[in-house]
Amino acid sequence: MATLGELERAMMDLLWESDEAATANELREKLAQRGDSADGKGLAVTTVLTVLSRLEKKSLVQRERDIRPHRYRAVTTRAEHTAELMHEALGTANDREAVLARFVGSVSDTEAEMLRRLLGA
Amino acid sequence: MFWASYALAALAIVLAWPVPVILSRAKWPARSPFTAMVLWQAIALAGGLSMIGAMLTWGLEPLGNNLLDGLDGLRRILVDGAPASTLGLVHVFALSAAMLLGAHLVFTLLLTYYRILRGRHRHRDMLNLLSSPSADTPATLVIQHPTPVAYCLPGGARSVTVLSDGLLNMLSKEELSAVLTHERAHLAQHHHLLLWAFAAWRAALPWLPTSLLAQRSVNELIEMLADDEALGEVDRMTLVRAVAIVGSGTRPADTSGVLKPLAAQPDRPREYPPLTLPGAEGSEPLGTAGRLSRLLTPQPPLPRWQQWAVLCLSILLLAVPTTLLIAPGLLD
Repeated sequence: MATLGELERAMMDLLWESDEAATANELREKLAQRGDSADGKGLAVTTVLTVLSRLEKKSLVQRERDIRPHRYRAVTTRAEHTAELMHEALGTANDREAVLARFVGSVSDTEAEMLRRLLGA
Repeated sequence: MFWASYALAALAIVLAWPVPVILSRAKWPARSPFTAMVLWQAIALAGGLSMIGAMLTWGLEPLGNNLLDGLDGLRRILVDGAPASTLGLVHVFALSAAMLLGAHLVFTLLLTYYRILRGRHRHRDMLNLLSSPSADTPATLVIQHPTPVAYCLPGGARSVTVLSDGLLNMLSKEELSAVLTHERAHLAQHHHLLLWAFAAWRAALPWLPTSLLAQRSVNELIEMLADDEALGEVDRMTLVRAVAIVGSGTRPADTSGVLKPLAAQPDRPREYPPLTLPGAEGSEPLGTAGRLSRLLTPQPPLPRWQQWAVLCLSILLLAVPTTLLIAPGLLD
């Protein structure tokens, strides 16, 4: 049985791949077809709905409520989300240093120039 | 008791301003970062202790000859309803200030901890969706992005090192090993706890010179400690190259470049020229330039006896306010 984290990941991969919104049932079938690490085969619709509502709570998934069954779509693209992740990793927010320890912290323009000269690039 | 409160106040002021300014400008911490780290912790702890202690002993002065007597007197007033006539308005004010400051420090420490944990949790959630485990290194995640980036996300057994595939493409095997050893040293030496404590100190007393200087210095010192650890695994020039490549986000077209002739003669790194940068002098944070110049022009560590002297000084710094609080009679 896949963990919730793995299911969330598989679900987001599906939603990021297609531009269309999909119902929970369609998503369940797609996961079953795929049958990869997330093991969608034995998945109940309720599990799919649980995963989707968790993702909705995290503002990753948007639910279209005007017709039943509700349809779900990704809020941002994968690229946008990666950009946000990189922003967190590279950002200069005050407590950033305490959240994660970077190999090289933020580098000023003059420093970057000096480093390039150092490398002879 | 009276003298003790003045002595504590004097200590608090000295530790809040001149001492951190002097220490942050000193050159020796780069030679023995561990010793300097211990000293910074002693300064922060002793500073907080004497700040609160000064107000507490001043306020309790009419109630007893030492801290325990005084607190007992205070308890009798607050709990048993004994007459409070001995306490003047100034004393009540000092006592309230001491309690507020103590509560403020503890509360900020917890709040900062909560913020950091929430930040890590959020970040871990994003990583769960966007990264994949590295094929050849355990506890390492790879994110797909061309920008070279490496960091570690502490979290007990769930601690991970995160690399971008841009970084993997740019670094050679040895350079990558330098990065990984550096990051693992952060995790193994629990540097996140130090960062937490000093981030909280800064958040609690942002207007105090000591909190800003201490946080900056501690950030630099942990990088030095992790660099020293990495130097145990890879040679100096490999680490320098790794820092320069990740910092600038570029890799020289081939392996030539200025560093190569130097790498061939690692005994003479002092000849390395271009590190005279604005910002490497004075009270400005050293940053990446300072870190590189430390690697390029290695200094011998402090002599043993000097390291011991600093460690003894740290213990003394903590012992003095504690003694003044508990046994002010010693001063008479």
